[in-house]
Amino acid sequence: MDGPSATEREAGDAGNRAPGQPEDAGKPAPGSVEASVIATRGLTKRYRGGQLAVDGLDLTVPAGSVFGFLGPNGSGKTTTIRMLMGLIEPTAGTVRVLGRPMPRAARAVLPQVGALIEGPALYGFLSGRDNLLRYDAADPTADPRTRHARVAAALDRVGLAAAAGKKAKAYSLGMRQRLGLAAALLQPRRLLVLDEPTNGLDPQGMREIRSLIRELAADGTTVFLSSHLLDEIEQVCTHAAVMARGRLVTQGAVADLAAGARGRLVVTTPDPAEAARVLKEQGVGDVTADGDRVTGEPPARDLAEVNAALVAAEVRVRGFTVERASLEDAFVALTGEGFDVAG
Amino acid sequence: MSRAETVPVSEAVAASAARRPSPLWTLGLLRSELVTTLRRWRTLALLGVLAAVPVLVGIAVKIQTRGGRTVDHSGQGPAFMTQITNNGLFLVFTALAATLPFFLPMAVGVVAGDAIAGEAGAGTLRYLLVAPAGRTRLLLTKYTTVMAFCLLATLIVAGSALIVGALLFPLGDLTTISGTRISFAEGLGRALLIALVVAASLVGIAALGLFVSTLTNSGIAAMATTVGILITVQILDQIPQLHALRPYLFSHYWLSFADLVRDPVYWDDLVKNLDLQALYAAVFGSAAWARFTTKDISA
Ligand SMILES: Nc1ncnc2c1ncn2[C@@H]1O[C@H](COP(=O)(O)OP(=O)(O)O)[C@@H](O)[C@H]1O
Ligand SMILES: [Mg+2]
Repeated sequence: MDGPSATEREAGDAGNRAPGQPEDAGKPAPGSVEASVIATRGLTKRYRGGQLAVDGLDLTVPAGSVFGFLGPNGSGKTTTIRMLMGLIEPTAGTVRVLGRPMPRAARAVLPQVGALIEGPALYGFLSGRDNLLRYDAADPTADPRTRHARVAAALDRVGLAAAAGKKAKAYSLGMRQRLGLAAALLQPRRLLVLDEPTNGLDPQGMREIRSLIRELAADGTTVFLSSHLLDEIEQVCTHAAVMARGRLVTQGAVADLAAGARGRLVVTTPDPAEAARVLKEQGVGDVTADGDRVTGEPPARDLAEVNAALVAAEVRVRGFTVERASLEDAFVALTGEGFDVAG
Repeated sequence: MSRAETVPVSEAVAASAARRPSPLWTLGLLRSELVTTLRRWRTLALLGVLAAVPVLVGIAVKIQTRGGRTVDHSGQGPAFMTQITNNGLFLVFTALAATLPFFLPMAVGVVAGDAIAGEAGAGTLRYLLVAPAGRTRLLLTKYTTVMAFCLLATLIVAGSALIVGALLFPLGDLTTISGTRISFAEGLGRALLIALVVAASLVGIAALGLFVSTLTNSGIAAMATTVGILITVQILDQIPQLHALRPYLFSHYWLSFADLVRDPVYWDDLVKNLDLQALYAAVFGSAAWARFTTKDISA
């Protein structure tokens, strides 16, 4: 056997299929619990200053998901990601990434993980291309013979091919963000960890990054996406976890999370005062009228009867619907506070 | 979400699992590190200053000795300067003696101090580590690069001095400090040996600078601290009351390289110097490793 030592080989192939077993692709390696790509248990980080940034986090990221890691600024998202990547040591608890413990198995795990952590960091005096060549050279599992081709492909993928020769210090924030993403895409990855990848981008740039994330997910890459933007998570994620002040508030499929919060009954009518009175009589809670829109929490009884009561009271109804709860409603319901609270 | 249950793994990922990394690929990082260090404007400026020193010394000696006057030598360094007008090769010894106390170690201190701290401050360290460069591997790569810089910086001083010496002064057989004569070829060999010994003399401050570099996230702070330590040690080495301490200061035996121009060569202090540098490399290299492999990288 040429190449790495036996232990290294074991490490490199664990959680990954061995050559010559194509039918096993995607199945978990024997002996490892691979249903979840990221699993943390009681993960806690207290910084040296005494700041408790992450507190007893139990996170489970299913394979193949686009997992939204949602929380306001300062809620501990970046701290969690640093622990996932083995950059900082947890104060307590454990982390498994791709079924293997971090940071112990970093050498085997990280080549299969692409990461953007707290914004891009570049060598300003090097061109965009040379930045990527350097990051690729840092990975001992990256084949130098394909390095230039892979760098070119990554630049192309994020739309930076034309600016590849420019010094990175001349890049705009959006270009820097793209170059950071390109660094995460230098190799085929099983997991992408993206910490607020659309920060600082204009709406067009945000759309492009989001469609790139969808493309990557369609290839089977699990994407762990942190964001403080609710609509971003709602647009691209299949699963989500919500953080507030270092604690996990909830996690699960986005559809289930939103369903957990009850929708609102919305009646559109030219007679709002009368409609509000009838709705209250019918047991609708928290009734508020705003112009021709009267909204409230739907009652337990059949909504058909509520509608019939409105008609019987000669309220002219233009529209009668239940608006699906958004993730924001879920967040407010869970934490009892608005989303823009800094921790 | 059906996507979460059935996991389609792309052909590309499957192919990547089959690749067999060669142990030689690990050297790619060293190559990248050497090239990146040499492409920094700061590194080039330092090397430029070092290359200029022999030029200035050579021209000064030339001007001062115009019309047959001799150089009045009053420094404490080895008495090479008076010989330059007879033999340009002595400019190599003079230039190394002139740069070893401060310019050379300062340049090494700047490069070593910046090595880890500069990358931490710029945030590039976290991307190298998740690549994953590996902490021990990255530190070894950095130390190797700093040592390569020690050698390069010394050779640039020596090379520049040799060129300037050949242009401004005669070359030929030379008289050693002991008064014997050796051929020009042997003199050239001694000059190369001296350059290697001078480069090795910088290994201690290189290790010290690298250790300092693991302590902070500011490249400037690490560079300033390392150069500050260098100056402090140089001053302490001048204080007679501290004679018990002086043999352990990394700069104490630096000028022993002059003993290579004796005939026969006087080895005692040369060996003491190399031992001391090895000691510094071991102590501060271990300290840097202990610190860097356990450090939280949160910049
Ligand atoms: N290096 C650090 N040292 C001390 N405290 C920190 C450090 N980094 C972050 N914190 C604190 O930890 C908390 C969580 O921060 P962070 O993980 O960056 O949140 P987010 O990424 O969700 O905005 C904040 O209160 C922040 O001030
Ligand atoms: Mg953050």
